[in-house]
Amino acid sequence: MQKRLANWGNYPAIISEESAYTQEEQLRSFVVAHHGFIARGNGRCYGDASLGKHTLSMLKYDKVLSFDTVAGVLETQAGVTLDKILDIIVPKGWFLPVTPGTKFITVGGAVASDVHGKNHHMEGAFSGHITEMDVITGDGLTITCSPVAHADLYWATCGGMGLTGVITRVKFGLKKIETAYIKQKQIKARNLEEVIRLFDEYKHYTYSMAWIDCLQKGDSFGRSILIVGEHATKADLNAKQGQAPLQLPAKPRLTVPFNLPSFILNTFTVKAFNWLYYGKNFKKEINNVVPYEPFFYPLDAILHWNRGYGKAGFIQYQFVLPLEQKEGLVAILRRISDKGWGSFLAVLKVFGRQDSLISFPMEGYTLALDFPVRKGLFAFLDELDEIVLQYGGRLYLSKDARMKQEVFWKSYPNAGRFAEIVNTYNPGKRFESLQSERLLLTK
Amino acid sequence: MPIVLLLGAGSDMAVAIARRFAAAQYNVQLAGRQAAALQPLQQDLQIRYGITASVHTFDATAYDTHAAFYATLPEPPDVTVCAFGYLGDQEQAQQNWTETARILDTNFTGAVSILNVVANAYEARKAGTIVGISSVAGERGRQSNYIYGSAKAGFTAYLSGLRNRLFRSGVHVVSVLPGFVNTAMTQHLTLPPLLTAQPELVANAVFKAVQRKKNVLFVKWPWKYIMLIIKLIPEFIFKKLKL
Repeated sequence: MQKRLANWGNYPAIISEESAYTQEEQLRSFVVAHHGFIARGNGRCYGDASLGKHTLSMLKYDKVLSFDTVAGVLETQAGVTLDKILDIIVPKGWFLPVTPGTKFITVGGAVASDVHGKNHHMEGAFSGHITEMDVITGDGLTITCSPVAHADLYWATCGGMGLTGVITRVKFGLKKIETAYIKQKQIKARNLEEVIRLFDEYKHYTYSMAWIDCLQKGDSFGRSILIVGEHATKADLNAKQGQAPLQLPAKPRLTVPFNLPSFILNTFTVKAFNWLYYGKNFKKEINNVVPYEPFFYPLDAILHWNRGYGKAGFIQYQFVLPLEQKEGLVAILRRISDKGWGSFLAVLKVFGRQDSLISFPMEGYTLALDFPVRKGLFAFLDELDEIVLQYGGRLYLSKDARMKQEVFWKSYPNAGRFAEIVNTYNPGKRFESLQSERLLLTK
Repeated sequence: MPIVLLLGAGSDMAVAIARRFAAAQYNVQLAGRQAAALQPLQQDLQIRYGITASVHTFDATAYDTHAAFYATLPEPPDVTVCAFGYLGDQEQAQQNWTETARILDTNFTGAVSILNVVANAYEARKAGTIVGISSVAGERGRQSNYIYGSAKAGFTAYLSGLRNRLFRSGVHVVSVLPGFVNTAMTQHLTLPPLLTAQPELVANAVFKAVQRKKNVLFVKWPWKYIMLIIKLIPEFIFKKLKL
């Protein structure tokens, strides 16, 4: 069916032919019979990674295949979304090993983007928890791969943006929890110096991230709130929470029903929002026990929040810089603050080490912020790319919609090896996205 | 726990209906031509909803197997949903009897054959609900799909008669006329969003219709009026329309 498709950033939007199947055999026949298409999950990557003139929607390929409640191992088809998984595993005392800031992504998407969460510095990315997975490669065969079997395919598929084939089945390990709650600590940091020091001081916490206000200058440059947390034990809960420790309390859900006019988000409103957000924490430090949802998925509570940026959409710009390149972070933040085009949300996080072929994370600082699409934005982001390159960093492909190909090839050290493996399993551009064309990833 | 039987369990609509009933703690019997292809769904229902699901081989057009199929189910179902169907290709069917026969056999004869068996069993038990997924295409024959439409018209009439017959036995029959639904069957068509339902919406409506003993269910309300208008157009005008 012809459909207007856009990912979460609403940029770019294209007309695409969409196909969907429920049986593996149908998927295999589809792969053999088509060229130039890309598998797509729930469309929560921001840019053009899962967009193409022909897309294979995996949302109907969504069966949970096995759940070992003793060992904590889940096996699902690729189209199952994390929110559905949480509904199944949390009541049984298990949690996702790694989760991004939204639970509305598919398992296949989690692999293709090799997603990271607030626990990256302690527990790595999603790829670190996969036991095995099935991929339908260019010849229409299903290959079961893991770090020990067809390892080249495995590593090129984790973070490989769907270019090695169609991920169909994933088996991965879960994390044991006692309760559905998080014991969180929020600490105000006056500026960037302080938040970086705090990240180090609290690095033994499993989960950590900071909201950073990009519009502040002078002494308050980089003003932040650091949020750290641990899964709460039963002893941490109050009497009411303790009655059903693995259940979430019921709550209403908000939605943004239509695209807001873009003038709503300007420097003034963003400043006001940041001021309110920062100001709501009167005390230097707040400690409390909260359900896992607001801790991991604060924005999921507002469905379609992306419409807040208007019809033209937005770019979420996320980069990582090596740990020793703190000046790079300062330089980029300064550019953003001077420009005043910054966003509601800037998220700062420290990644741990990760050995991978093409995944985004590396040990260092990652910053993510939104820019509504406007005239001059891409030129400005190209300037930021230059600084990222200069300090040895790179951009997250799942957020990317506009990076120039030379930036990608210069910043990902294994790009050549990755492209080689992609072309082994995907000869003749069978799997192809707007992004892979833009970055010249397929031959 | 109550049991629901899904005939044609591989369809997108059936998957959604199975999940809706399983969420309400029904055990689920999944029946389809290829039982093996239903196993992922069986696992999925059991893991997600903590119910028991089973798979059974069932071929809508193997009429002589229908009585035995029903008799050998591990337990008699409380609700039977007849969800199989075949849209076919109108133009091909006009030229090719095999295609026409397949459309008629699947949508009408096959459905009547298995539901005769189920109806007799429910009548004897004086309990049970039958849900037939028919189509708005059966409300009036149109040149673009009258072969499918006439099979569904027959099925709709059958369901109506069955409801009338079984009423006194306390057995309820729901006729579902879903309109456009976003499924594999309609994947190649571009459908108007406002008139197109997601399978989950159909499933929810079917579940409610069973609980509230609704007779005829149009899933998206405009369809009721669209079909009313289409039925009211005088034939001398209707025959000139390109529908």
